[in-house]
Amino acid sequence: MPTKELTCINCPMGCLLSVEFDETGIKKVTGNQCKRGELYAAKEVITPKRIVTSIVPVLNGVEDMVSVKTAIDIPKELVKQCVTELKNVKVEAPVEIGQVILENVCGTNVCVIATKSVERKK
Amino acid sequence: MINKDIVIIGGGPAGLAAAIGAYEAGNKDIIILERDNLLGGILNQCIHNGFGLHTFKEELTGPEYSERYVRKIKDLKIETSLETMVIDISKDLVVSAINEDKGLIQYQAKAVILTMGCRERPRGALSIPGYRPSGIFSAGTAQRFVNIEGYMPGKSVVILGSGDIGLIMARRMTLEGANVKMVVEIMPYSGGLKRNIVQCLDDFSIPLKLSHTVTKIHGSTRVTGVTIAKVDDLRNPINGTEEYGECDTLLLSVGLIPENELSRKVGVIINPKTQGPVVSESLETSIKGIFAAGNVLHVHDLVDHVSSEAYLAGKNAVKYINGLLDEIKMIDIQASDGVRYTVPSSLNTNNVEDLTQVRFRSSDVYKDAYVSVYLDEERILHSKKRILTPGEMETVTILKKWLIERPNLKTITVKIEKE
Repeated sequence: MPTKELTCINCPMGCLLSVEFDETGIKKVTGNQCKRGELYAAKEVITPKRIVTSIVPVLNGVEDMVSVKTAIDIPKELVKQCVTELKNVKVEAPVEIGQVILENVCGTNVCVIATKSVERKK
Repeated sequence: MINKDIVIIGGGPAGLAAAIGAYEAGNKDIIILERDNLLGGILNQCIHNGFGLHTFKEELTGPEYSERYVRKIKDLKIETSLETMVIDISKDLVVSAINEDKGLIQYQAKAVILTMGCRERPRGALSIPGYRPSGIFSAGTAQRFVNIEGYMPGKSVVILGSGDIGLIMARRMTLEGANVKMVVEIMPYSGGLKRNIVQCLDDFSIPLKLSHTVTKIHGSTRVTGVTIAKVDDLRNPINGTEEYGECDTLLLSVGLIPENELSRKVGVIINPKTQGPVVSESLETSIKGIFAAGNVLHVHDLVDHVSSEAYLAGKNAVKYINGLLDEIKMIDIQASDGVRYTVPSSLNTNNVEDLTQVRFRSSDVYKDAYVSVYLDEERILHSKKRILTPGEMETVTILKKWLIERPNLKTITVKIEKE
């Protein structure tokens, strides 16, 4: 049965978890000292996801860059591709916080949104 | 001279929360002085998420967290003065500042709140041999270049120190296409949060070399590489363990120091452990009417804690102005046996709220140990902790009723016990 080793991030203990799993799901978690470790292992092994944050250039803004993030977390293996896709994006000022910067990033149906506002240069 | 009840020095997360705390306590005569051209402080360059879990019960990025406070400051119409650098505070609470348009401005305050934040420890503090080539940055400076200016400081990176900013930058520079070769940490444990080790290093297979340090920086005009070596228990490099690693950039994430030039100048007593002011339960410094909160007081792990602490400082500044703060220092709080410091370091029974949070850090890693609170000789709290590490701030809660029941109490001691 395949196993995976990972570090639990729920508290500073950082338990080293050993997770046995197959195609039907998690079979056994060892190394955790509390229930949270088990839940973390299940999510992290079956569907690891991350919110991705980056920046994109702003045209005619009072600042050169605007910070952005994926509106929800996306599969971990797409993190790098997401940042690469954002390399081709530029946005015209003004930018409002929460504004959609890129739709359907990496085919995930998830939007990338601005995390701050940038006013237009006068 | 302009009269102003409350002058807040610094418009980062602490300054913003202090202003809201004062306003909500009923005093609206407030000004925030900020040297940058925008509010929010260092949150503006912290574009990663993970802020606000305690305050807003959701995960925000730094700019989003900042925006919520800035919007509130605007909604409440609290006065702010940007690009305004405070150069002096006097004992009678005259705050002198300079601004390009207004020149020298002086405020006669009734209370001053220090919220200047902290600075990164620089290369000069480390005594690493080598030339002074370009390519050596503090992690926060690199973060500013990458996230605000959109400029990459290098392609092949070694990071010295595993503080949170270093870990965050390991991920950030990797995502932007740099080759982050390793993070080198002199201590046998990381100074950063566990989640950052996992999500910034493990996710990208970046090695963390504990008990190692950089012993030489190579290159004369640009960094060409570093020599790293293993260190012994006393943190001295061990001969024969040196390895050479090629890189064009060295980032330093080797600690933060509260920025207390102004506080020292006016004569505020500084705690050598925190390098921040010594404060009472009301977050008042050794000088009447001067309060401190946030990273200028002691370096925090979470901005949420900065906000809640600063809110309290704002509230207490109003209490002080209204003559409701009892100025007599009644009970000392001692840090001993593995507790490096506590904030606050004294309590006054007449001023405390029903629950007072005393924050502290351990001086080492302790497993299955107890955090104990003694009221003079009597142990009143004894709580088991799976782990205590210097990288994670801890809290004990002192109940007002404990103090009321013991009118002769002199000292509260917070310590770590094996059993």
